[in-house]
Formats: sequence, structure tokens, C-alpha cells
Amino acid sequence: MRTLSSPPPRGEVEIRDPALDAGERISGGGNISAQPRTRRSSASSTSPQGGGFAWRFVFAVGITAALVGPALAQQPTHAPRQLEARPAGARPRLAPASGSVAEPGGAAILIKNGRVYTVGPLGTVDHGDVLIVGGKIMQVGQDLTPPDGAKIIDAKGKPVTPGLMASATDLGIVEVQMVAESNDSGPGLDSGRFDADDTAGPHEPERAASAAFDVADAINPNSTLIPIARIAGVTRSLTTPDIGEGVFRGQAAVIDLGNGPHLVDKPKAAMVVNLTTGGGQNSRPTLWATFRETLDDAREYWADRAGYHRPGGASNQRAAQIDLDALEPVIHGSEPLIVNVDRASDIRQAVAYAQANHLKLVILGGAEAWQCARELAAAQVPVVLDNDLNLPTTFSDLGATERNAARLDAAGVTVIFQPQADDPGHYARTITQIAGNAVANGMRWDHALAAITANPARVFGIADSYGTLEPGKDADVVIWDGDPLDVTSAPTAVFIKGQNIPLVSRQTRLRDRYRDIGAKNPPFEYR
Amino acid sequence: MWGAVAIVAVTLLLAWLIIPRLHRAPPSRAEQSAADQFPNDAFPSTYKPLPSRPTIIRNATILTGTDREMTHASILMQDGKIKAVAAKVPEPPGVVIIDGSGKFVTPGIIDIHSHLGVYPSPSNEATQDGNEAVNPVTAYVRAENSVWPQDPGFTRALAGGVTSLEILPGSANLIGGRSVVLKNVPSRTTQGMKFPDAPYDLKMACGENPKRVYGEKGGPQTWMGDVAGYRIAFQKAEEYRAKWRRYWKHGGDRPDRDIGLETLALVLDGDIPVQMHCYRDDQMATMIDVAKEFGFRIAAFHHATEAYKIPDLLKKNHICAVMWADWWGFKMEAYDAIPEGLAMIDHAGACAMIHSDDPIGIQRLNQEVAKAMAAGRRMGYRITRAHAVAWMTRNPAMALGILDQTGTLEKGKDADVVMWSSDPFSVYSHAEKVFIDGALLYDRDNPKLSPRSDFEVGQENNANFGGAGQ
Repeated sequence: MRTLSSPPPRGEVEIRDPALDAGERISGGGNISAQPRTRRSSASSTSPQGGGFAWRFVFAVGITAALVGPALAQQPTHAPRQLEARPAGARPRLAPASGSVAEPGGAAILIKNGRVYTVGPLGTVDHGDVLIVGGKIMQVGQDLTPPDGAKIIDAKGKPVTPGLMASATDLGIVEVQMVAESNDSGPGLDSGRFDADDTAGPHEPERAASAAFDVADAINPNSTLIPIARIAGVTRSLTTPDIGEGVFRGQAAVIDLGNGPHLVDKPKAAMVVNLTTGGGQNSRPTLWATFRETLDDAREYWADRAGYHRPGGASNQRAAQIDLDALEPVIHGSEPLIVNVDRASDIRQAVAYAQANHLKLVILGGAEAWQCARELAAAQVPVVLDNDLNLPTTFSDLGATERNAARLDAAGVTVIFQPQADDPGHYARTITQIAGNAVANGMRWDHALAAITANPARVFGIADSYGTLEPGKDADVVIWDGDPLDVTSAPTAVFIKGQNIPLVSRQTRLRDRYRDIGAKNPPFEYR
Repeated sequence: MWGAVAIVAVTLLLAWLIIPRLHRAPPSRAEQSAADQFPNDAFPSTYKPLPSRPTIIRNATILTGTDREMTHASILMQDGKIKAVAAKVPEPPGVVIIDGSGKFVTPGIIDIHSHLGVYPSPSNEATQDGNEAVNPVTAYVRAENSVWPQDPGFTRALAGGVTSLEILPGSANLIGGRSVVLKNVPSRTTQGMKFPDAPYDLKMACGENPKRVYGEKGGPQTWMGDVAGYRIAFQKAEEYRAKWRRYWKHGGDRPDRDIGLETLALVLDGDIPVQMHCYRDDQMATMIDVAKEFGFRIAAFHHATEAYKIPDLLKKNHICAVMWADWWGFKMEAYDAIPEGLAMIDHAGACAMIHSDDPIGIQRLNQEVAKAMAAGRRMGYRITRAHAVAWMTRNPAMALGILDQTGTLEKGKDADVVMWSSDPFSVYSHAEKVFIDGALLYDRDNPKLSPRSDFEVGQENNANFGGAGQ
């Protein structure tokens, strides 16, 4: 156990690095304690969500006072101070009205005595409490007093984090990868992704542009993958079309992994494009020509959309109208454009094109991104990656290394982790292992946690409501039995939008069905 | 007549001279002496342990692989062998002493299911050498003839503490061919990596893959077609073996040689066990019956995603389950896999172990074991790390028939040893030093001791880091 060299005053934010408990030394001595996120640093950072800070502050305090009422008055003085530190993204529309307490998941819940990693400006709150009311986080601090009737959960000093977000997964759109009718992950059936042991499955060519493909059309809240992921602490997913043939793969959505029936939190959260050659894909110049032409088409089309079918209008466009429609927010820079590339030269080319055309670029894959880390940081281009991929699997990723995330992070690039990339839906739960391995290879622990919470929330446009433990946000909260990034740890409680999620899945049911094989008079299925 | 007898006698004598000690722990072979007639080592190992100095790792936590955890203990490696594991060990002259304070020591990891070298990096049409998918029965091929020793995956696996591994043909075929066991050392040749005296195994596959590959190419198209395919193949092997036995006993016309049936005859004789790719519990039960019908031995079911449903059958038939920690759902037959599966089989007293089947997964089998152990503990099993370490060391050595040489830290065994920076069942732990036959092959702190494959030489613009990818 290592703590700050000079212990913070009681009630201040203490930030510790669980990695250090495991004997891990972070190169350069740059452990988290060098830059504790104190109230001071948060005050200077103000709100990333833009203006209205003071107004929202007043609003949040008002709502809190109305709801928590007398409880607040009994608070030790430092607790309200922590709330003052950052009412944060408590936009009025998100703050719960007092009448919403009766909604599903609306009962007040107080998680007490956790090591609360807020991933927000409060940093880490030791002996911290999280108050959930009406599905939202109402308060984070020490020694909070619960409102009458609140359910109280003792975290017993264990880590408490925001629910995790797995990015670039097929959660909700695939049940069994190689069962075609259960696989909605791409514009055409492409079951070519499985272990080397296996052999390629059915394969169909796909049309070049499928920008209109939208995963939101296929999200299945009853998928067994969803409980399996969420009982491992994953509460959100950026669900993306898979990376197959063709350039435009379609539109991603942010979903939550709650009880449904409506899981889509943000449709059209990003457009996915594949500019990687190989695997039946065309050569780079062909991919780029298609990519540029389609976006040119979209600009021309949107310049005179009403004239599309008129003589001389844009109806001679190569791309289908539905695809051009889908590209509107992309060409206007409001929807992130996720480009799947690994080679450093491809990444640089994507950055240059995005800058010239004012696109909101996100790199997916990025095996060699570390080679252009400074350019990515300067252009503020985030990278979504499975950092475990360290083999030269093609001539496009010869520079793959497990130090990728650490180097990108050190250069100031926003890093977001993808779960085990060969099947990121079924393996959404590997997101913590991938983050942990990035730490083992030099990344700051707190930054690795942000790469599976606050970073994807910000990049994919849901930071108002998710990503940190801050008043006003959805109560996606996980209590862990150990360091959340270590492989032996698991959640002991999971809340999604305030709902206490039973730690049950099809897999736990199968486990329980077969755990007593040797019993006397076994049930029928054991014989 | 006497000429024939003389030829047989000379052949016997030559075989006895040329191919000694090919078989692991040879049982009483009175009944099987004829089997020795089938040549069984066309590509002999040229592996020689690398030079080493006597080395002690002192004051470490040692997980021996035999259910023992020793704290503040030391291990002495000398002449390629483990000489002592104890609180205090003798210090021979010139010994290198490594401070193991805070470190952990385990046997070298053994991955019983890898396609390194046959599906290497980079992966492209030129390098896809793992499935001879032209015929559902290709007992005549051998993985060792496909292994590309320059696969950079070997070096990455070494950095993950893997000291021995079995390379298998893929699972497109019902009978995919012979596998080969390697020591994970850099070498120009596959023979230079070949684990001395390790038995061969036969790779066979249940289920979806052969059906998918051959369903529209003449079959098998169904699981019953798969089963018929195995039985027909072994029926032919029985006839082949009978022909040769008649010939060896009575002479006459020398039968035509068939190297595929020769391999299957060795399987029938018990010289080559079967490593069986099989996901579903009911299919495993069927394969147990097929093995009984023909008298061959299945060493392990691989992938075995539903093996947790039949631990009693596995235990009774002395068959191991070779598993992932948490892979599932990528195909129909993997739909019922659960993270607790490995621990449940182990808990029932059957033999279970981890495997990678993957060039990324092989680099952190310690973490995969950690996940399986933690899943078991969460369902109430008491699983010590001293026990769980056997899932990646002792048990695979046993299933490969090389437990006499490696797999545990016991006096007299090959000094295949890993020193970890901390508890290997933490995500933050690294293999810091990896010894194979007592020679330091990998040192995380010394880039010169980080083997680099030919493929990565001259790629410094892309990869300005050590060969082990760190």
C-alpha cells in the first residue's frame, strides 16, 4: 500500500494508484500522485460542457437541497464543499425533478464508504459515498446522509467507479457471430473473423458505400451478451458496424446495457469507415478515391438537396441518396467519423484529410498510432484501440506494440479502449484487462480508467449524462471486489441509470445448472 | 523364406538401434512390439540446450506446479536442470545469483494448443499453412513440416513466459495430421526447436468446422457424417495394421506403405495419442465411444467449451479438458461456454488446463488462468494459486507426455523457469526472466536478451523496440 508522500488533509481528494499495490512501478516515476486532482485543479478547469456554469451550479444545488433537504444540513461541512467543487454536467434537462423519485430505479440509494474513483474533477474520494436519486447521481462526497427510505449499500472500502464503456463492439447486434441470422454487424454477411484454428465462413461482396447502415435498427435488448457484459461492469457500449469490406460501414450508436426495452442512448453517434487494405479489400488508392468521391458527392448533394431530382441536379451521384443523407452530420463535422487504419502513413493521411475538410476524426485500430502521437494530439484526434495487439499481423501494422496506449497517452492523445478486437461483443468484459495491460506497459492508471469511461463519453457525445461520477449524471455505478483493472476482480454491484442490476446472466444460469453434477438423485438434465 | 526372416530381423535390429526412446514411458510393449516397425521419427530433433551458467533465484515466492507455494525460497539451476528448490540451496562456484525478493517463480508455461509457425504473423495467403483442407482425413501431414521458425509470435510468447508449446494442424479436417511439441527457442530450423523425445499427437476435430469446410465439397455434411469419417479412417488403419502384422509374422508380399495409415496405426497402438478439438459435451461423449471402439487414446478435448457438463465422464475416462478462460459465442458450438468451466472440471477431480489457440492469448496465459481461478473462487471453490499454476504448467505437460522432463519445479527436471515481477495472477505482473533448460532466453531488462525473428530485422522504422514486442 502506497499513499501520497504528504497525506492530503482530511476531506481532500486522495488519489492512489492500485497498480502500485501490485508492485508495479510506472516508468518515469510519473504515478498519479504527481498530479492529484484537487478542488483547485477542477476549479481552474471549469466546465467542458461550455457556458452556464454558474447557473447550473445554482440549479444543481437547488435540486439537491429540495430532494435531500434536511439531510444536507447534517452534512459535515466538507461534503457540500465537494459538491460545490463541480456541479458539472448537471444540465437542467438531466437533473431529476422531485417527482421522478417514484420512477423505476428511482428509489434513493446511498453507496457508502467506497474508494470512489469519480474520473471527474473530484478525483478519488477515499471513504466516499455516492447518493443516487431518481436514477441520477445526486451527490458524491464523504459522510453523506441518506434521505429517508434510502437503500444503503456498504462498499466496505472497495473501489467504486462509473460503469464502464466498451467502444467499437457489436453488443446488441450479434448473438452468435457465425450464425448469420443472429448477426447484424455489417452491411453484408462477413463471418471471416474467428480463431486461426478455424476456417473462413460464408462471404459476400458488399457495396462500396453503406453509410445508411445503422446499428440502431438492430439493437436487441434481449441479447444474452448484454447481461454477460454488464455483470462484468460494462454499462455502455459504442456499438459499431464491424470492419469488413467496403469503405463506408455505417453508423454506430451508444447504447446502455440496462433492462431495456430501449437501449439506444444516442443513435448516429459515429460513422464508421474502413480505409485498411487487405483481406479482400481494395488497394489504398482505390479506397481513398471511393472515400473522397462519396464525401464530395455528399457535399454537393447537401449544397442543393432539394434539387437532387431536378434536371442538372445531383441525381447523377454515384452514391445512393440514403447514404448521402446519412453523411450530412459527418461532412458538417458534427458526427465523429471513425476511420479504421493501422499504418502510420494511413493515419497521417486521414488526419490531413479530416483537417482540410473539418471532419471530426476518430482513429480505430491505430496499431502504429504511437508513431504519429504528436500529430494526433495536435489535431485532437482520439484513438480507439485494443492495446493487446502487438504482433505484425499484416504489412500495415508492423509497428504494433503494447506500449501504444502509454505512448499516445503521454503525448496527450485521447485514448479509448476496445475490448478484445476479434470479437468485442462477446468479450466486452475484457475491457478491464486491456486497460490493465496498458497500465502494466506504462500508462497511468487513472488515464486507463478514463479510457473506458470519461473519454468515450466525451468523444461520442454523451458526457452530459455518463462517464464520470458527478451530480446530475446517470447513475451508472459499479462497486468492485478489487482493483477494477485487475483480472481477478469483479463487480459486487452494478447500477445502470440507477437500476440495481442482478448479477445474473445466461452464463451464471448455466453454471448453477451444472454445478452439482455429483449430487444424489440428479435432475433429469444431468443423467 | 529365410531371406525374408533375415530382412525382418535386420529391420528390427536397425529400428531398435536407430529409433531408441521414441516413446514416452514405454509400458510393457510385449503386445505391441510389431508397432515399433512403423517408423516414427522422420524429422529428428536437433535441439540442444543453449549454454548456461549455474543460476540461483534467491528469496522468491515459488509456485512449484505441484500444489506447493514456498515463500522466501530459492531455486538452483545447473547444467540445464533443476538441481534444488528449497529455503537454502547450495552455491556452486561461479553461480549467478538473482535477487528474487518480491518476485515469483513458476515453471515455464506450456501451451498445449498453438498455431504459431503454421498460422504465423504476418498472416497472408503465403503463410496460411495450418489446414490441409483438401480432404477431411489428412493423417499424412505433420504440423512440423509447416512450422515457420521465424514467426515473431514465438518471441512474443517467450516474453509471456511460454517455454514449451504444441503446434497443431487446424481443425478444418476430421483428422488434421500430426502435431509437434517445441521448446520455445530461436532456431533456423523446426528440428532445432523440437522437444527431444516428446511424443507426437494426432489432431482431430469434432463439430462445425469439418462440416462447414466439406459440407458442399463431398462431405461430411453432418455430425453423423463426421463420426462415420473417423470410424472409416480407423477401420482402414486397423486393416492396414493387420496387413503389416501378418507380413511381419508370416512374410509374403511386402504391403504398400501409406504414411497416413501408418500414423493412424501408431494411434491405434497407443504410441500417438489424440488431441481432439471438440466443443459440445454430447460430441465428446460420442468420441469417447469411438475411441473405445478402436482402442485409441484421447489425451484431451480441446476448446471443450461444454466440458463442464461432463466432468464425471472426463474423470472416468482419464481425458483432460483444454480450455479458454472466457471465450464464447463466436459460433454455435461455443454458445454455452462459461468462465467457471475450467474451475468446475478441476473441482470435480478431472484434469483441466488453459490453452491459447491464439498468438495474442499465448502471451498472457497467466492472466487467463487468473481469470479462471477468480471465477472458480467466486462460486465458492477454494483454489490456491499454487494449485491454479498447474493449469498452465503441470497439466499440459501431463497431457503432452512430457511431465517427466518439464512442467513442475522438481529436482532433475529441465530448468524451464519463469521469474515474474510480482504475483503472476495479476494483470500488472510481467515475466522478467525466462529460462529454458537453464539458459536465460529472455530478460525484460536487457534488450539483447529479447530474441528477434528475421522477419522483424530491418523494420526498425516501424518497430523500434525489442523483438518481444515490449
